[in-house]
Parts: sequence; structure tokens; C-alpha cells
Amino acid sequence: MADIQTSGPDSVYAKAFKEAIFAGVLALGLFFLIVGFRTDQNINNELVLVQRWGLLTIFVVVAALGRFIFAAFVVPSRTQVKVAKAKPSAATQADRRSFKAIVSRFGLALLFVYPFLVILILALIQYAFTGQWSFQSGVQGSLKYVDNFGIQILIYVMLAWGLNIVVGLAGLLDLGYVAFYAVGAYSYALLSTHFGLSFWLLLPMAGIFAALWGIILGFPVLRLRGDYLAIVTLAFGEIIRLVLINWTVVTKGTFGVSGIAKATLFGIPFTPGPNGFAAMFGLPNSGVYYKIFLYYLILFLALLTAWVTIRLRRMPIGRAWEALREDEIACRSLGINTTTTKLTAFATGAMFGGFAGSFFAARQGFVSPESFVFLESAIILAIVVLGGMGSLIGIAIAAAVMIGGTELLRELEFLKLVFGNDFTPELYRMLLFGLAMIVVMVWKPRGFVGNREPSAFLHERKMISSEFTKEGHG
Amino acid sequence: MVSEVRKNPNAVLRVEHLSMKFGGLIAINDLNFEAKRGAITALIGPNGAGKTTVFNCITGFYKPTEGMLTMTRQNGEEYLLERMADFVITKKAKVARTFQNIRLFSGLTVLENLLVAQHNPLMLSSGYTILGLLGFPTYKKAAADAIEKARFWLEKINLIDRADDPAGDLPYGAQRRLEIARAMCTDPELLCLDEPAAGLNARESAELNQLLLNIRDEIGTSILLIEHDMSVVMEISDHVVVLEYGTKISDGTPDTVKNDPKVIAAYLGVEDEEVIELIEHAAATGNDDITAAVDLLSSEAIHEIEVTHGEPPAASLVAAPVVKAKPAAAKPAAKAAPAAAPVKPAPVAKVAAPVKAPAAKTKSPAKPADPAIKAGATSNALAAPRGGKADSLIIIKGIGPVNERKLNEHGIFHFDQIAAWKKADVIAAEVYLAFDGRIAREDWIGQAKKLAKESQSKPAVKKTGGAK
Repeated sequence: MADIQTSGPDSVYAKAFKEAIFAGVLALGLFFLIVGFRTDQNINNELVLVQRWGLLTIFVVVAALGRFIFAAFVVPSRTQVKVAKAKPSAATQADRRSFKAIVSRFGLALLFVYPFLVILILALIQYAFTGQWSFQSGVQGSLKYVDNFGIQILIYVMLAWGLNIVVGLAGLLDLGYVAFYAVGAYSYALLSTHFGLSFWLLLPMAGIFAALWGIILGFPVLRLRGDYLAIVTLAFGEIIRLVLINWTVVTKGTFGVSGIAKATLFGIPFTPGPNGFAAMFGLPNSGVYYKIFLYYLILFLALLTAWVTIRLRRMPIGRAWEALREDEIACRSLGINTTTTKLTAFATGAMFGGFAGSFFAARQGFVSPESFVFLESAIILAIVVLGGMGSLIGIAIAAAVMIGGTELLRELEFLKLVFGNDFTPELYRMLLFGLAMIVVMVWKPRGFVGNREPSAFLHERKMISSEFTKEGHG
Repeated sequence: MVSEVRKNPNAVLRVEHLSMKFGGLIAINDLNFEAKRGAITALIGPNGAGKTTVFNCITGFYKPTEGMLTMTRQNGEEYLLERMADFVITKKAKVARTFQNIRLFSGLTVLENLLVAQHNPLMLSSGYTILGLLGFPTYKKAAADAIEKARFWLEKINLIDRADDPAGDLPYGAQRRLEIARAMCTDPELLCLDEPAAGLNARESAELNQLLLNIRDEIGTSILLIEHDMSVVMEISDHVVVLEYGTKISDGTPDTVKNDPKVIAAYLGVEDEEVIELIEHAAATGNDDITAAVDLLSSEAIHEIEVTHGEPPAASLVAAPVVKAKPAAAKPAAKAAPAAAPVKPAPVAKVAAPVKAPAAKTKSPAKPADPAIKAGATSNALAAPRGGKADSLIIIKGIGPVNERKLNEHGIFHFDQIAAWKKADVIAAEVYLAFDGRIAREDWIGQAKKLAKESQSKPAVKKTGGAK
């Protein structure tokens, strides 16, 4: 830093230029074979080598330019920010806290009005283009935004908040969380198709079943920590999936369970008939009401998860979870039964996974083992880590970014103009996903919200910097 | 759980015949001491003397190989700590501890650290979370009380201004005080402090002394502490126990301990020649079986301790004629407990013979490992094991290598002998084992009967000891 200041701004650019050239050469070496050539079949079904120098040039230029911008502008500005940050005042801290409260309140309000906001915006767009008001087309168009974005994101928010209890609070690394999601989904699917029980009865039952499985998983892994715990929970997730595939008599194997009953609004079904929701409220027939209902249902379930988590953190059990994450031996020396503490963490986390699972089954109307692969566990865990372990707001933001971002990639048609017509952005989904994660982890190693909020205070509530909190040893 | 013995109602903690072995390493060897109620007892000794191991045994982090740890609470309830899980010891027996390397919850605030310590009463008042989750007033009141208690301790340790800071952010001395306050928040009757003054400067050390005296006098908690800082030990402790190589070498008021030549020798060291002399002596006994030599050395050393402390078994020793064929008798015992005496020449000899200097000097009167039956033996004692091979008595729960040797010395070699014990025999055995009531409590006779039956059905019962 001192070096930069003494030799003036010129040297910054010179250095950045050097780094840019180096990055370009590196990118050329890296992508020469991967991007520069492509094997293809010609009309005679022969394998031919297609050369793509244009695309390779784009890659190299992007790398060089990116490095130049980073070295010339981002790094100096970040050092300045760091210098400025070294002397934070109490006022800015207070500001930040009230800012956070406003953000969370505003976010909550936005979530409640989201479906109607989408309808209104779509109708406005319609009006701007055609010059006539038509809420009906807005309602139909909103289906995609409420279902693909709203419900999908909220399911992951709820799952990540559930996993947060196990990973973020108790510090037990669980790679098989999707197993509880599967238990919840299958308990609803099977019990409703075989016994015709209603959604509202099966929702708590699914949670209880999942919690039982959480305890069953918890017992053998009580003495494991860290990597070992992660591997065993991973195995547990796979066992559940393999049982679902192979126990064909009950689960119909890979065919899955279809025709699962939809959820009802206290007995009012969302069907087109005369007893349906639309007919009863005198609305035109549409599938969107069910989606909006599902949106509010998952919003309610997710907020229930958040409420319980917030309440539990102020209870002795929540403090014991966090203490367990910090130091298990000290916990035992204070008379805390670490066995039951770990088991309750597993069971509580699993219960919310089960709730989300039964909701998932009711929403899809179809469940199969394909929905519960390891990748799902990994995504949920990634959301928790990215959001900042233990922080509800951070996790919600991370879920919106990760799930909403991947959904958004489907919409990015303009990228075809850059990369040619045969470019399909969806295929690059996971690549961009991984890149985004790396960027966030470099920029904020403890996730979006790394600070921990204390569960009790004597004088004033101070956020605890992430440098003091531990991730837990398993 | 409640023991029927009541020696000294003044003692909050009684440590009797405590032994702890890690494989072949004897960390604690037949340790006996008492911590008095309302007093500060210090446990001192050179590095590696086994002080922290004693603590870990008391607080349940280790299960002792042998011995009895009796905690007597103020309400008269007695707990045998060696049988309880670590967290139950804090919860039920009210023993709290701190750690040599501070173990605070660094990411939790100072206040939260003290609230976590009140987990059990808060858990109860929150109806195991369910009532608390529903917002019942009992929990709200209990939570407010818990914060008040935390405030009391924060004022006492002078950290009230930093209550909302993360514990990991405190300076070292404050962290030490906070750890003590956290342990005190569990409402202990015995507070075990593992080197509380380590890393403190002179002023902080003096403050710590005040805090500990205050805890003793105002709260009435008995304190057991390990300490290297002699200014702390000599100033505040009412009673000092000195350990070296896992054995107690001195026990008394700070003044008597300070002037004990053995303590001085332990701290300042003894000359190498004496150690060499000991090893040479082992070679000179004319036996190249090193296990027998090690066994001989350790029994000499233990005998030496008994003589110097004038305990009852020592008084009744050597009543029968001494026979010179020592190694022959020492062998079966050494073989029966292979883990207790591994084949390693010099270093183990050092460990097994804790008081090397006196043992080497006064070896002529101490000639134990006597094959002849000693006085006070039970009715069915044998002169030698049948077929020259003793049963491995340590299989019986409650019998360790030390007791096994004592039993062998008194002519008990086989399970069926113990199985056949009558009431009078039990009393006789308890006299030389210095136990009371433990044989009946641990049902040695029942265990021995079962084992005797087993060994009859398949004669070659072999079990390596050690992992008991």
C-alpha cells in the first residue's frame, strides 16, 4: 500500500496492465483447448474439429480486462474503504442497526404483497403496450413469477432456515438434510394417496416423522465430529434415497408417487367445479389462485421457522446449541447434557425439513426420488454458508440470490446476441453458480451476514464480529 | 449412590485409592486425600505430576482405573463421582471446574457465557423449552433472575461494563475471571480451578486471591485448585497436597509442606546418581526378567510410602518369615497384569518408583512381595497359587493392580477363593485393603462366583487388563 502511494497513480495502472497481460496469457493457456476447439459431427457422421477462435478471443479479453479493472480500480478503492473502516463511530453502528431493521421490515412487507405487486406490474406493462386495463392477463402472466420465483425461493429459504438450526446454531455439519425433506414429502404423498388424509393433518405428521428420523440419525452420529459427521450424514441421505428407489412395493421406485391430493383452504378445494374456490368467491376460473394460496402457505411456514428459531435462540436450549458450537467440553463442564442437546438440534432442524417436504409434495402433486439427490443437500448447505451461519436475513438473501439467480438465467435471452445463437444460458447455470459462490466467499468469508446477534444483553445489543464466533467442529 | 461410610462429615470431597493408568503409564498411583468443606485445598506438584489428571477424574472427564471419589453435599447427599457422567457431576453433585487452557464460548457475549452456565435451572423453568416457547410467565421470571445472577457475578469480577462484548475479545486476565464466574453460576459446592493464576501478572494475581477468598468466605463454596504460582498457593490455601509422579508426597498446611524435605527435593530435583543406583539395584537382584524388576521396584516404592505415612497395612506388614525367592512370587502378579508393567527398562522404572530417592536409600528394611501369607489374611488363604498360576483378579470390577497385589500378598490368588468368602473374611480383607463396605457394594463375591464358574468351564481364561 505504501508502495502505491509513494510512486503515484501511474504505477498502479502499469502494474494493472502487467497483471492484465498475465491474466490474458493464463486464460489463453487455460481455454485454448477447452474453448478454442470443439468436436462435432459433419454431414457424413464423421468427427470433425471445429475451431472457435472468436469465442476464445472473447474469453481471453474478458479475463484480461477483468483483471485490469480489478487491479486498477477495485483494489485501491477497497484499501481506502478499509482505512476508512478502521475508525468506525458509534453513530454509524447505530445507523447500520436501524438500517437492518428497516430492511427486514421492508422485506417482510414486500413478501406479503409480492403476488399482488406482480399482477399490478404486469397489468401496468400491458396497459403501457396496448392501452387497456386487463387484470386478467396480469393474473395469468404472474403465474411464472409467483411459482418459479416466489414459491421456489421460499421453499429453499425454509429448508435453509431449518438446516441453519443444525449447522448454523449447533455447528453440526449435516450433508444429508435432503433426507428429511424426502421423509416429509413421501409421508404426505403416501398417507394422502393411501388413506386419503388431508393436508392439514398430514403437515404436522410429516414434521413429526422427519423429527423422528432426525433422532434416529442423531443417535449413531453423536460421538462423531467434523468431517466424519459430514460423511455419515451424507451416507444417511443416500440411504433414504436408495430405500425410496428400491422399496418399489410402497414407493413405486423411480416412477414416483403421482396424483397426490392438493392442499385445500380449510376444506375449500382449488378446483374449477361449483364447489371450488373460484366459484365460491365469484372469480373467473384460473389456476393462479392455487399458486397464490401456495405462496402464502409457504410464506407462513417459512416465517414459522424463523419465529421458532428466533424464540429458541433466547431459550436455554438455543444458547446451549450455540455454546455447543463454540466448545463442547466446556458445555459438559457446565452440566449441559450434550447428547440431548445435539438430538434436539437434529430433530428440530429435521422437523422443518419435513414440513417443507410435505408442502413440496402438495405443490408438485408428484414426488420421485430424483427430487432428493445429494445436489439438493449441497445447495441448501451452500445457501446457509453463503448467507452467514446463524443469520436468518443473510440466509434469506442467499436463497433469493442462488435460487432466484438460477431461475433468472433461463430468462437471459440477450446473452445469445453475445455468444451466438446456439448459446443456452441454462447450461452454464452451475458454472455461474460456482463462480458466484467463490466471489462471495472471497469477498465475505463468513457469508453475507457474518455478524452474530447476541441472544441477551445488559446495556446494549452489540453485534458480535465473525472473528470471534466458531463454525463448530461437527 | 449414597455410600454408607461416613468418616469425616467435614470433608466435601474424599479421594480414596485413586489410580489412573494410560496404557503402561501410571499417571496417578493410589492417591488419597480430602478436601475440607469451606476451605481452599491446593494441589501442587511439578509438571507431569498428574494434577490435571486428578481433576479430570474428579469432574468425570476421565474414568479412573481404580479408586473412590466421594462428594458430600451440604444437604448430606453423597455421590460417587467415579460412576457419574461428566455433565451429571456438575448438575447433581455440584462440582464445577475451569480449564488450564481457557475454554470460554468466545463467540458468545460475556453475559451469555454466564447464562449458558445456568442452563439446567432455566431449562426446568422453561418447561423443557415448550412452556418458554409459548411465552409462559415462569420462564420470563426465571430469565430475569438468571440475568440478575449474572449481573451479581459480573460486578464481583469487575466486568459489568463489558457484559455485552464477546468473551473472546476480553484480555487474558479477564477471561480467567470470567471462567471462574461462569463455573460459579452453576451453583457449585466444590469449585475445581485448574491453574487459575497462569498467565496473570502480579496485580491480577492478587485480585484473583481476593476473588477466591471472597468465594470461600461469602458464598461458602469449597475450592480445590491446581497452581504453580506459589504466591497464590501459600497465601490463600488452607491445605496443600503435593503430588509427584502421581503419588502424594506431602499433605498438610502450607507451612508444613513448604518445609517438607521431600517437597523440596521434588521441586529442586534429586541427583542423577540416585536414579542410576536404583536401576543398578534392579540389575543386581540377579534377574534379567525386567517385568519382575519393575514390579519389585514399584512395590518397594509403594511400601515406602506406606511406611512413611504409617498407614494401618504397613503396621501389620512382615509378620511371616521372609523368604528370599522374591522374583518367583512377583512374576505371576506381573504377568497377570501385563498392561500395568510393560517391558521398558529405565523410563518406566522411573514412573513406577515414585519416591526414588528414599526407596533406594532405605531398601534393606523394605522387602515386600513376600510369598508367605501375611498377618490378617482371610481363612481360605493359600501359600502359593494353585498350579503356580494365579487368576487375573483385576477382571473383578473394583479390583485394580494395586489391590490385586495386596490380595496376592495375603494369599488370595483365585476367583473361587473370593467367591467362598464369609462375612468375617470380607471384614478381614477390608482391613488390609483399607476399604470399608466397598467389597459388598461392588459385589466382589458375586462377580468372583461368576468368574470362577467360567474359568472352570474353560480353564484358560485370559483377559488382558489395562482397558478396565
